Amino acid sequence: MTNLVIVEHDHNEIAAATLNAITAAQQIGGDIDLLVAGENCAGVAEAAAKIAGIATVKLADDTIFAHHLAENLASLIVEAAGSYSHVLVAATTYGKNVMPRAAALLDKAQISEIVEVKSADTFVRPIYAGNALATVQSSDSIKMITVRTISFEAAAAEGGSASIESISGDGDSGLSTWVSQAVSSNDQIDLTTARIVISGGRGMQSSDNFSMLQAVADKLGAAVGASRAAVDSGFVPNEYQVGQTGKVIAPDLYIAVGISGAIQHLAGMKESKVIVAINNDSDAPIFQVADYGLVADLFEAIPELEAAL
Amino acid sequence: MKILVCVKRVLDPQVKARVKADGSGVDLANAKMTMNPFDENALEEALRLREAGTAEEIIVVSIGGGKTEETLRHGLAMGADRAIYVVTDEVLEPLAIAKVLKAIVDREAPGLVLAGKQAIDDDSNQTAQMLSALLGWSQSTFISDLKIEGESATTIREVDAGLETIRVKMPTVVSVDLRLNEPRTLNLPDVMKAKRKPMDKIELDSLGLDTANRLTTLEVIEPEGRAAGVIVNSVAELVDKLRNEAKVI
Repeated sequence: MTNLVIVEHDHNEIAAATLNAITAAQQIGGDIDLLVAGENCAGVAEAAAKIAGIATVKLADDTIFAHHLAENLASLIVEAAGSYSHVLVAATTYGKNVMPRAAALLDKAQISEIVEVKSADTFVRPIYAGNALATVQSSDSIKMITVRTISFEAAAAEGGSASIESISGDGDSGLSTWVSQAVSSNDQIDLTTARIVISGGRGMQSSDNFSMLQAVADKLGAAVGASRAAVDSGFVPNEYQVGQTGKVIAPDLYIAVGISGAIQHLAGMKESKVIVAINNDSDAPIFQVADYGLVADLFEAIPELEAAL
Repeated sequence: MKILVCVKRVLDPQVKARVKADGSGVDLANAKMTMNPFDENALEEALRLREAGTAEEIIVVSIGGGKTEETLRHGLAMGADRAIYVVTDEVLEPLAIAKVLKAIVDREAPGLVLAGKQAIDDDSNQTAQMLSALLGWSQSTFISDLKIEGESATTIREVDAGLETIRVKMPTVVSVDLRLNEPRTLNLPDVMKAKRKPMDKIELDSLGLDTANRLTTLEVIEPEGRAAGVIVNSVAELVDKLRNEAKVI
């Protein structure tokens, strides 16, 4: 087996999710190479070469990869994929955007968001918002895989000394151009890697009230998240969203405040180690998954919680 | 411009999926089915583009068997002009679906293809990207804003870090997220009118495509549930439990 893992990065740092995808590759077995594509990203390639157990880092350094546009990146993956049995990427919006495009160009199926490696050709993946787990066996010569990061530990970022080999792409597709990126307002602590997350739902009633959660988060060193209802109501931006269509996270402690617990929200947080629910509706489904439930008015309970910490 | 909107019939999002006792899949017999929610957003966007004069014709397409026609009629009632129903009893994987959709695009030559970013049954999140690849078109995924400007379109993508704006060449394939718009509700006259709108039925086999599945599902199981927790009576008790019992703070 030979694995190629696509490295997600912002030209400065390797995304933490990539280390989880590398662990999935380790479980498949065989050699692991990495692909770094970007512009002026030699530093990222050097960091990638230090990850434990990597054979070769393939570096495509070109202005056409500056913004990770799917068309150019997919063509590069297709060119690089030929000598591998498995191509993996973390199931982030970066991976989900490019991997199916590369898979289709190779005429291979994609196996989305694996949570377990059973063998080199058999994987477990969640379906129906995680309410069922399907074990699937692939007959393709190249397995194109996205990896659900919370299901795999992070690989060691240090200890390796891979060689770096330069490769070049197919040129610019000319199909799309990057315009701008809105800077995230959720710049405190990364939701996907935070040890503690406190999330608000529709019950928060307003954008201003989220500052109450932020105050608790500051005391706990936690990240702030939200349900889709809170995002749709305009209380917080989309990048806060936890759930089937947002981020899937598994912190040590997840505190759900004013969140009813729709199937779609549970899909994003039910693997958390400890779940706390604070809601004034004792019938809210969130209490069925909570380790500790507090039936209370959040506008009284949250300031009290902040004071008690 | 002609717009093709890809729609899928799925288990109603409010219904919890029940795994069959024999581990062969999810039990859909007698279950409430609906149009995939993201696909409704895709169709709504197409309708708005037609209302704004950017598009003239909207075609909804679906691939499946059973009562898939019902889902297409729903799309027609929302306002699509006509429907294409590719009939098969096989459950196709996203790659095969993309091949079928490419064949439809080749016939209809739309200027824009809209699809939901993922179907809420298999949660694959692949079809739009695969279709775009097979067509050699541009793609924008997970979008919450779309502006067509002649030969190009500007889209806002919902990405992990925030919002990304890109410009794509037309024709293009776009996968949409829920915040793009609020789909309209149906009224009875539109439902009645939809019954008379044209629907082309195409047998999958007649397209002559390789739609063989690459994955074999060996087993479908229900994940382990969480053990029931406890209700605490006060914030003080909660903090005590988190500190001394769960030891997470």
